[in-house]
Amino acid sequence: MVNFIWLFFIVVSFIVAILQGNIEQMTEAVFEGAKTAVTICFGLISVLVFWLGMMRIAEDAGLLHKLAKLLRPIVSWLFPSVPKDHPAMGYILSNMSANMLGLGNAATPMGLKAMQELQKLNQHSQTASAAMCTLLALNTSSITVIPTTIIAIRMSFESLQPAEIVGTTIIATCISTMTAITVDKWYQMKEMKSVRR
Amino acid sequence: MYAIVTTISIWAIPIIIVGIPLYAAYKKVPVYESFVDGAQDGFGTAIKIIPHLVGMLVAISCFRASGALDLFIEAIKPIVTPLGVPGEVLPLAILRPITGAGSLAYTSELMNVFGPDSFIGRIASTVQGSTDTTLYVLTVYFGAVGIRKTKYALKVGLISDFVGFVAAVTICYLVFA
Repeated sequence: MVNFIWLFFIVVSFIVAILQGNIEQMTEAVFEGAKTAVTICFGLISVLVFWLGMMRIAEDAGLLHKLAKLLRPIVSWLFPSVPKDHPAMGYILSNMSANMLGLGNAATPMGLKAMQELQKLNQHSQTASAAMCTLLALNTSSITVIPTTIIAIRMSFESLQPAEIVGTTIIATCISTMTAITVDKWYQMKEMKSVRR
Repeated sequence: MYAIVTTISIWAIPIIIVGIPLYAAYKKVPVYESFVDGAQDGFGTAIKIIPHLVGMLVAISCFRASGALDLFIEAIKPIVTPLGVPGEVLPLAILRPITGAGSLAYTSELMNVFGPDSFIGRIASTVQGSTDTTLYVLTVYFGAVGIRKTKYALKVGLISDFVGFVAAVTICYLVFA
């Protein structure tokens, strides 16, 4: 699927660029895109280094374990394949809470750490496990309580009520997250059936 | 409600930064050594993501620069306009899952033209705030652990983006129109 999309983007871009005479712009875009990607990754280094350090302290102090224990019912329903006391649970929870508070730059490091923990449980190291897909589904639909960035932008455009969209955003994000969980569970069931056959 | 949650958002990070080491010290954890130990993983993780993100962003940036994205948006406009979706917010449905910076730029542009408190401005804000950039999240999260076969993960993300967009437009109609 990803292979197809990637190829699709490039081939279609090439054809359209020829038809519309945008070949030069396309060449420019290639290097512009590459540059943006590296810039993003370098920006990630600082937050990753800091938050992973912080999370290690929390892990060593047994905090992640406690957090995981507290919210075990919800998370073990979402991630049935992860053992109850596995450190992945703590990271998944930290990732979810950071997302909810709109702390994007704290959510990513914890999400990545959770992925690494899930990878340890994964039997095929190059294929995504069911738990990994669930974690991804939760993050792509991002359960947000406070859309911080968008409120800041609304303020910069002198909105009279920058926060009036918080309510609509919460409802929309709940619907998309519930959809993500449902579709994810559905695919999991489908997969289990095909394995049994 | 908003005030409470904003306050929590502002205080969350400082409290976490003080709270975690304090609690750990109480539990007799060598806090600084622990920090450095964990922080070491950060660098490697960020570097591992680079090839994945370069590949993805190059493709997306080509798609936009070549004019393919505009064509695509023009092509589906006639299908959705009769449904009552303002044509102007439509590109957002396509941009949102593909490029975070691109959709943010487009949202800003809409607010600039129509104003943040216009109906279009509110829909755009809701769409922008309610989901994340699926393709970016997928690339970064799976890239960091070297997953190549992503199975159904992309489909789940895109389906929930689509439902989220429809929900955002519908709710804005109910609340603001």
